[in-house]
Amino acid sequence: MDRYSKIRILGVYTVLIGLSCFFLLPFCWMVLTAIKPPSETFSQILPSTIQLSNFREALTQSTFPFGRFFFNTTFLTVFCTTASLFASSLAAFGFARLRFFGRDVIFMALLSTMMVPAMVMMIPTFFLFQKLNWIDTFLPFMIPALCGNPFQVFFLRQFFLSLPEDLFDAARIDGCNSFQIYLNIALPLCRPALATLAIFGFLFFWNDFIGPLVYLHSIENRTLALGLYSFQGVHGTSWHLMMAASLVTIIPVFIVFFALQKYFTRGIVLTGLKG
Amino acid sequence: MATCRVAGKIRWKRNLEGYLFILPSLLGLLFFFLGPVVASFGLAFTRWNLFTAPEYTGLANFNKLFHDPLFWQSVRVTVTYAVLAIPLGLTFALCLALLVNHRLRGVEIFRVIFFLPNIVAGVAMMLVWKWMFHPDFGAINLILDTLYISDFLEWVGMGRPMWINSRGGAIPALVLMSLAGVGGSMMIFLAGLQNIPTHLMEAAVLDGANAWQRFRHVTLPLLSPTIFFLTIVGSIAALQVFTEAFVMTSGGPANATFFYGLYLYENAFHLFRMGYACAMALLLFLAVFTLTLIQWRLSKLWVHY
Repeated sequence: MDRYSKIRILGVYTVLIGLSCFFLLPFCWMVLTAIKPPSETFSQILPSTIQLSNFREALTQSTFPFGRFFFNTTFLTVFCTTASLFASSLAAFGFARLRFFGRDVIFMALLSTMMVPAMVMMIPTFFLFQKLNWIDTFLPFMIPALCGNPFQVFFLRQFFLSLPEDLFDAARIDGCNSFQIYLNIALPLCRPALATLAIFGFLFFWNDFIGPLVYLHSIENRTLALGLYSFQGVHGTSWHLMMAASLVTIIPVFIVFFALQKYFTRGIVLTGLKG
Repeated sequence: MATCRVAGKIRWKRNLEGYLFILPSLLGLLFFFLGPVVASFGLAFTRWNLFTAPEYTGLANFNKLFHDPLFWQSVRVTVTYAVLAIPLGLTFALCLALLVNHRLRGVEIFRVIFFLPNIVAGVAMMLVWKWMFHPDFGAINLILDTLYISDFLEWVGMGRPMWINSRGGAIPALVLMSLAGVGGSMMIFLAGLQNIPTHLMEAAVLDGANAWQRFRHVTLPLLSPTIFFLTIVGSIAALQVFTEAFVMTSGGPANATFFYGLYLYENAFHLFRMGYACAMALLLFLAVFTLTLIQWRLSKLWVHY
């Protein structure tokens, strides 16, 4: 099985390239439509001239402040990802390395929350936030983020459990209290796990749609996902504008992805199950 | 690990310390999970419009739901989608993983390409797909035209696919779109494939097994835990589809993509029928729970560890 026949190699490459066309198709299509003048949207595939003013036109519509959307989305994503990682790592450390009454029961309860569909919590949570007057602010996102996330707690707990106990025992003998151990030993060691979770978290908050749909109403508070959706409501048939706007909302994700690429693939493999 | 009893004061201090660490998570568990879930299940038996107090109505909501054609339409749509998307998606993901598992030069590039749609997801991608599904000028039909597949379909009597503009083509369109997102499952399959011990494969070759036999009797059984995991995760996700339908089709045309989540959202935030929506949520939870339980039981038959 070490040497493949030339035919097989050729076959595999052909299929891979063919499938790549399918996967890359949306991006190519988006770019092509975004740079063509609107008159060519329906008539030809390749542009005869490149019209970059589509981008300026899409982003400077008076009723759609994309700069504001961009700021909102970035702020929410960065805050919520960091806050939830901090809270989750604290809890994970507690569940992994500290002993207290009811520890395992509470951990199981936390895990079991992952099984309940999000929609079940949606309505009472909305009512709670309405009573607190938090609707149309960022608080419905920020406060729950400060409480961590069961998946992150699970993931990090696994990681902490895999660290050698002697490390922590030595630190305790040297006089560290638990928080110091957490901060100075556990956290720095779990950087790859944190990076992986940060990426998942970033993607989740950046692309979140239902949350902003339910909680963010006024235009100035909306995120990119929501803004793009309302943009569609007004400019639905101006595909060149829509593709230009979509492309711009995707570019930051592209940049983050290619900068942290090795963490992505490594992270997915980390979550792969062995059984 | 020491199992000796600790003096009372130290144990108290340890408990306090532990609880301090898990405090944010614990508070979240109480206020943003337990509280809302209990409230939601309770509200399912009331009629409530968010502004006046809820009034207890017993099983009236459920009775109304079972006679509600829109409810059944949403169930039909969601189940059809799940039944199509999950097997197709998993098969496609497995094929991709097998392809990408070859030790050829540059295969990592393809891995990244296949995973790309999972990274660059969101409303932007849904809008691109909406444009690609345009019956006359969208990429999908243009490709079908060039490959003469649309002519074949017309000859067979099916006509040119209208995708999300038609009642019959809308769900297949969403299924096709979901196939572009199998990168994550592919990665998990890949990890599973690479964990298959090589000596087992070598033994199979020595015993004279051909490629298909190796796949059927070595690879598949050893992958069964992964398949099981992905099936459960996939079905839970498929039952909660919302954004795609909301953004791309608004549940149309003629309710062809009226997913369960859409109807729940409409009941809660457009019609303010909170009790009714909570009843739907409760049913969804029961469905997810039952489905997972059934799959768990069935797994004893076909999953090898």
